[in-house]
Amino acid sequence: MTKHDNPTNLSRRAVLMGAGALVISVGAPVGFEMLAGMDQAFAQGAKPPLTPEQLSSYIAVNADGSVSAFFGKMDMGHGLFVAIGQIVAEELDVPFTAVKVYMGDTATSVNQGGASGSTGIQLGGKQMRMASAEARRVLVEMAAAKLGTPSDQLIVVNGVVSAAFNRDKKTTYAELIGGQYFNVQLDWNKQMGNALYAPGKAKPKPFKDHKVVGKPIKREDVAPKVFAQEDFVVDIMVPGMVHGRVIRPAVAGSVPVKVDASSIKDIPGAQVVHQNGFLGVVAPKEWDAIQAMQKLKVEWSKVEPPFPNQSALYDHIRKAPVRKAAVEGKTAGNVDEAFKTAAKVIEAEYEWPFQSHAAMGPACAVVAINGDKVDCWSGTQKSHFVQIGLAAQLGVPLANVHTRWINGPGSYGRNDADDCAADCAVLAKAVGKPVRLQYMRDQGTGWDPKGPASIHTARAALDAQGNVIAYEFKSKAFSRVDVDTNGSKLFDTLAGQTLGVDLKSGDGFGVPAESYEFANKRTSWETIPPLLDRASPLRTSHLRDPVGPQIHFASESFMDEVAAATDMDPIDFRLKYVKDPRDVALIKAAAEKFGWDKRPSPKKGQTGSKVTGRGLAYSQRNGTRVAIIAEVEIDRSTGKIFAKRFTVAHDCGQIINPDGLEKAIEGNIVQGISRTLWEEVKFDNKNVTSVDWETYPILDITETPEKIDFVLINHPELDPTGAGEPSIRPVAAAIANAIFDATGVRIRRVPFSPDRVKQALS
Amino acid sequence: MTQKFTLNVNGKTHTVDADPDMPLLYALRNDIGLKNPRFGCGLAQCGACTVHVDGQAIRSCITPVSSVGNAKVVTLEGLGTPEKPHPIQTAYVEEQVPQCGYCINGWIMTAAAFLATKKKPTDAEIKGALEGVKCRCGTHVSIMKAVKRASEMMG
Repeated sequence: MTKHDNPTNLSRRAVLMGAGALVISVGAPVGFEMLAGMDQAFAQGAKPPLTPEQLSSYIAVNADGSVSAFFGKMDMGHGLFVAIGQIVAEELDVPFTAVKVYMGDTATSVNQGGASGSTGIQLGGKQMRMASAEARRVLVEMAAAKLGTPSDQLIVVNGVVSAAFNRDKKTTYAELIGGQYFNVQLDWNKQMGNALYAPGKAKPKPFKDHKVVGKPIKREDVAPKVFAQEDFVVDIMVPGMVHGRVIRPAVAGSVPVKVDASSIKDIPGAQVVHQNGFLGVVAPKEWDAIQAMQKLKVEWSKVEPPFPNQSALYDHIRKAPVRKAAVEGKTAGNVDEAFKTAAKVIEAEYEWPFQSHAAMGPACAVVAINGDKVDCWSGTQKSHFVQIGLAAQLGVPLANVHTRWINGPGSYGRNDADDCAADCAVLAKAVGKPVRLQYMRDQGTGWDPKGPASIHTARAALDAQGNVIAYEFKSKAFSRVDVDTNGSKLFDTLAGQTLGVDLKSGDGFGVPAESYEFANKRTSWETIPPLLDRASPLRTSHLRDPVGPQIHFASESFMDEVAAATDMDPIDFRLKYVKDPRDVALIKAAAEKFGWDKRPSPKKGQTGSKVTGRGLAYSQRNGTRVAIIAEVEIDRSTGKIFAKRFTVAHDCGQIINPDGLEKAIEGNIVQGISRTLWEEVKFDNKNVTSVDWETYPILDITETPEKIDFVLINHPELDPTGAGEPSIRPVAAAIANAIFDATGVRIRRVPFSPDRVKQALS
Repeated sequence: MTQKFTLNVNGKTHTVDADPDMPLLYALRNDIGLKNPRFGCGLAQCGACTVHVDGQAIRSCITPVSSVGNAKVVTLEGLGTPEKPHPIQTAYVEEQVPQCGYCINGWIMTAAAFLATKKKPTDAEIKGALEGVKCRCGTHVSIMKAVKRASEMMG
């Protein structure tokens, strides 16, 4: 496309207005010069290509003046689209209600990374802000040409552009471009995904002028959901569709060697799809597909049980060969030398289990293949990557695959959705019909990618006065990307793995994110190989705040241990070493809101069966910082913990929508409690045995905290950072520290299930 | 072998040709086209498939279609409309409860059946009535607020 070197002049020659009609704003007849410049105008009737450098890939003004925002990310239940709508409305100076945000459709949006790493606003919103600002700039230039008024003398209110000193001299966005497309090139950084950034020439508004950003605005999608008016991915039906089910082995790693299709011959229309290690069935009726899945006679290959006994998991991690090691974070001084001079050394080790996404429903996808054209409906949180994966899997051009993200049954990272889309494509290709595949519950919980199990060792060197002179933190764990965070590569999906593609397991973990300044400090991680190097129910990937909960359970429990060992109040201890001013303000704000009683832990003089305690934990995450204080009640006789009250201080820079932010935090806290108190993927040496809600219990409504208080620290002068995940990060340590405060007992292994707590207390 | 079953759903009569053991859930979703009861577990452990059968909240994922008989089945769609909402639906919107929203049937249908029998319940009574229903996104605090709000609206 043509780059606009001098758009102001161009706009004065040729301006587009009305629904598709080309007119000349200055009253001149249409001449050859004008027609020659048409393709360089700001607007055109034909849609420019859907590429990251086109403004039209993000923003369109419709004929009625409403605005469509095309967003290459999607909402995983936090109401992200409300915040994006606010950002777009703010920069364009249109009413919030005039903006509709379209998310995660590969036919209307570019790959902005999908739901990923709490970057919906931090990166996705940033791009939408820049695109919207550029759209406004261009529209004002067009208005300037049309009205014959310099653009710096124009104001925009609710999509009406008028002369500042003569408000009757006006036009509207609808008149300027409504129903047509922007033809404006952006300065794209040539990156795709989260890193995509394509600003225009415009600067976004100064924060002091914000009227829509920062306001609490409710989600409009709640009503359609409670009145059963909105389709979820499980509700998508297409003509000629059949229902599919996949069949997983009883022993992980075994493959179907003999399949007796006659065993389901009585089930109407049932068909078997067996390709290498992939096995599935389809039938016109869903119940029949389930019956076929259950009744199909299959002989499976004999394999050695792939897993250690669960009781040996942490020993396995300790002894396993290190595949990759990295020192990350802020390193200071010489840790090894400093420990040699220590008057006292404090050490501890912490353990975190495999955890499941255990989404509310097992994943579902619909795939329709028509020649070399592919349509996919998926609950994936990364539809553009599923598009890439399906194109590779089916051997069709990328542009021929249309993937639509549709609300799914929850998603907190790389869950089973991308596997389901790929499996569904195998079935659809094999049977030559559109297929809807939903996994069964045991497949969802048992076979989704797991949050990695880990051990964490921490040690601190104290001088004779009890000052921390050195700190070292090390994690050893399964990789956070044994399978990658999306389904774009065949070796990362169960379909690819069962069909026999070459495997490739990635390595990655992380280190604590905080601002403790110790003279000598080193944080590092090591990853170990997966337990099973092929389609595995214990393959590991991203689960909400990938590796954050485990790392900060350990690091923030340890800070509490050091505080207790030096007889300091846990908050005083942190304020002694935490140096980032925003972190200091945050911790102080949490303490004040909670009504923190300053004293060292544990609390003294508690008698009786029920005891209470309070604990603080804090952490950063990509610019956001969160301090949480938990108040817990423990029944010593049963070991049952009631995580009763939370105070959350949260600083994510500029707040776009405080209502949405509170809800996002609330969900993180409750899910964090669940993962801390209950969640552990159980397995025997053959397979995962956590396969439903009985064998993978989560927090029940009867355990709902009585109260969650929020301190939302707003920094409108700063860029917004993420809020989708950071607040789950310190939850486990806050609870662990509160348990220590109540009982004097330190629990270093998650989950804090009643039997484990009771045992620890006895 | 399939049989014909006549079901009374949301005040309308539907005839379904199905295996007698097929759970009601599949009849509602695939044969009658009411998609709001959802498959969550197929084990009566989560509530996503909850509907009312003669006013009782039941898990349609384990209820054989043959066991329903002439009973009146009500789904979320039949509970209320935007024009004439059930108080729990109004409360859900006002409290902005759901995140992903997949679990909605479980909470709303279970709470609606409970609130029909219990005026002004205590927190403990609400929790007791909703025990076992699942929400994975962690909206528990908002759910409690919404059920209390609905109970106040119902007087």
